[in-house]
Amino acid sequence: MSEGAFTAAGGHGAVPTTGVPSGEGAPARPRAQPLWEVFVRSARGLSHTHVGSLHAPDAHLALRNARDLYTRRQEGVSIWVVPAAEVVASSPDEKDAFFDPAGDKPYRHPTFYSVPDGLTHL
Amino acid sequence: MEQGDFQARIDFQSRIDGDERIEPRDAMPEGYRKTLIRQIAQHAHSEIIGMQPEGNWITRAPSLRRKTILVAKVQDEAGHGLYLYSAAETLGAERDELLGLLHAGRQKYSTIFNYPTTSWADVAAIGWLVDGAAIMNQVPLTRCSYGPYARAMTRVCKEESFHQRQGFEAMTVLAAGTPEQRRMAQDALDRWWWPSLMMFGPSDGDSPNSAQSMAWGIKRFSNDELRQRFVDATVPQATHLGLTVPDPDLRWDGEHWRSGEIDWTEFYEVMRGDGPCNRERLRNRVAAHEDGAWVREAAAAYADKQAARAAA
Repeated sequence: MSEGAFTAAGGHGAVPTTGVPSGEGAPARPRAQPLWEVFVRSARGLSHTHVGSLHAPDAHLALRNARDLYTRRQEGVSIWVVPAAEVVASSPDEKDAFFDPAGDKPYRHPTFYSVPDGLTHL
Repeated sequence: MEQGDFQARIDFQSRIDGDERIEPRDAMPEGYRKTLIRQIAQHAHSEIIGMQPEGNWITRAPSLRRKTILVAKVQDEAGHGLYLYSAAETLGAERDELLGLLHAGRQKYSTIFNYPTTSWADVAAIGWLVDGAAIMNQVPLTRCSYGPYARAMTRVCKEESFHQRQGFEAMTVLAAGTPEQRRMAQDALDRWWWPSLMMFGPSDGDSPNSAQSMAWGIKRFSNDELRQRFVDATVPQATHLGLTVPDPDLRWDGEHWRSGEIDWTEFYEVMRGDGPCNRERLRNRVAAHEDGAWVREAAAAYADKQAARAAA
């Protein structure tokens, strides 16, 4: 028997894949809390790495929430939060043109050069 | 279809077939985007609704050790929900809208959380069986084609294995305890076994959308394959505990443990909203959201005031 489609790929058990609105493209509510991107330095000596995002009304609470959400098991020694709206990103549409200039310059890599057998420290 | 769309579709599928990841701002078919938002949102809903059955036992945990473990676990479920809402938002969904759809009963969550937790042994059984089944589902998702979902799943799976182990440990203690504790353990297994098998969804023949999800690299194994893995992994664990799996038809065929027929009528009833706790779960969720409204409003007012002061 079948009553629409279900998938268990949704993690904690089967959920319907048809007859359910996706919730995509819904207008933002006026008082929605801003979105913050979270970066965590996992240990001294390493860079901050993007780990995800969260909502918070201000920077102070964004940091607190980030601590509770992304470092419950001592995953970090330092956190950055950045308003998602402030992130400037390259566009995937112009990806090829944008990164093309580096495409024909293999001589920037050491593997471009041949090294005689038996020589070291080159 | 325009030429550009056609090319974008070919690029998309060849990326998936080449086992590359799709990232938020890539061109993607509308069906892929909608399917993922729906799936990730309902996964997130399952995590936060899933706090209730176990949260029910926090104040009555049998020891301080069990209580601190349970608090940490329930807090993790909240965290898992937030990782997932965050992944859904990278696809263009609004979190408030997704919560609105949950509260209105228009998006669903896993049927498993509509069963009651009537004894402490249920908390142990949930960790062992429900989280065990969730791990079977979620580990393949760490390789799913959509980058943010896969990354959220990697984080979730690391934490989930603590959930399963603490449940199995609690079950071990009960199964080796007094005759009454043993009965509690067996009773919990009796009640959670079949709903846990239902977590994997209807049999492959009744899952028409699976093929599309597989082609898109969202789903990697069929419902029946994952269920079989779970049964094979779990039956020996039950034997180790000295408990009996409540399935008279369960048999070893030389390669696998084959279970008896699942009562799908029950699954569809619970999904429709007629499970033992559907109304209570949703009522609690809506109440928690509404009771927290003043906190969100106060925090927003404070943020506005601070911003105004900083600008002045």
